[in-house]
Amino acid sequence: MKNLKKVLGIGIIAIAGFLVVVAADHIDAPAVQGGTSDITDFYAFQGENTNNLVFVANVQGLLSPSATSNTSFSENVLIEFNIDNNGDFVEDLVIQAIPRDGKMYFFGPVAPSQTGLNSTIATNAAVGGVVDITTGPNAIVSTNAGMNFFAGPRDDPFFFDFAQYSQIIGGMATSFNNPGSDTFAGTNVMSVVVEVPKSLIGGSGTINTWVESKTK
Amino acid sequence: MKNIKIVALAIAVSLMAFNCNNDDDNKLPTGPDFSGTYTQADQMGRPAVNTVFVSSGSKDMFNTTIPSAQNAAFQSMFQTNLTALSPAYANPGDENALGLDAAAFTGVLATDVLNVSLDGTTTFFDGTNVLTGRNLSDDVITVELLLIFGGEDFTENPTLSDDHVDANDKPFLTSFPYLAAPWM
Repeated sequence: MKNLKKVLGIGIIAIAGFLVVVAADHIDAPAVQGGTSDITDFYAFQGENTNNLVFVANVQGLLSPSATSNTSFSENVLIEFNIDNNGDFVEDLVIQAIPRDGKMYFFGPVAPSQTGLNSTIATNAAVGGVVDITTGPNAIVSTNAGMNFFAGPRDDPFFFDFAQYSQIIGGMATSFNNPGSDTFAGTNVMSVVVEVPKSLIGGSGTINTWVESKTK
Repeated sequence: MKNIKIVALAIAVSLMAFNCNNDDDNKLPTGPDFSGTYTQADQMGRPAVNTVFVSSGSKDMFNTTIPSAQNAAFQSMFQTNLTALSPAYANPGDENALGLDAAAFTGVLATDVLNVSLDGTTTFFDGTNVLTGRNLSDDVITVELLLIFGGEDFTENPTLSDDHVDANDKPFLTSFPYLAAPWM
């Protein structure tokens, strides 16, 4: 009980220090929130074919079903998967995804021409692919050189009783509910999914990976 | 009204462009234009890191700091915010279930990358494997709440260490693209 009171007290103070409207990475910062470059989530996992790794980047979260049909990827937003395979937290390889005229183009995995905050599109990459951007419930996928590609709206895979978390952080509640309520139920995101042979990203061992949105 | 005017203007411009195009239809078709420089707007490795550990005035800066520079720039802020948020680190020597005290835990988190194994099971945490990737089905929020509030053995602050939402609202697919169809 002591701990609980402590948390409650701290929570009231903490409301100034913590942004109260965010989740995995949905609407995480003022410059990107609600826009076409706002990353909501990032996943990396072994594929159905265990020789492959799958990268998922989701942007533009909390889309209602009606809003989803009016939502598209921005041609000014590059989605870049970064892969560090020597442990220095600097990208050794990138996979770039950028839309043009209803298609999502993928370049890489390829060593970037420069690391860091600025990128140019690696149009000279030896590997990559292109897929028609899906607009409805049926996923359009494509395959090239052992890689699989998808881009379009999907159900937001994230789940969290974010509303109750906000109540706790705001000092208006002292505990989660059981069962909780998934704040993200019934909402969609714009997803980019790419599955690549592990041999193209280092083969074995542990990689560090992260996703970036970059705007022109 | 503004939008309608803009749309009307866009249509007029595109009609003109089409007309112009007719005059030089002997030009070869060109591929999409991928030129130019793209500058970082948002960045993410592990779930909820910017949300929970970065103070409100620094969130944009965190998103535009490269991972190799994040520890030096943000570890101290992360530790301050972690200890303010959770009583599980209140006493000297307090650790989480990974054996990390507040400084060590925030030292890991401040560099916002996802560690992924290329050699087998990928999961945020499945009871055995720790931080070897992130599956769609991983209950990452409860894992993070346990590491923030749960103390050395996941038993501290039980009302705060589990949101009791354990799975997605739609089943995932076993095949590519793995994510469930959108709500339409």
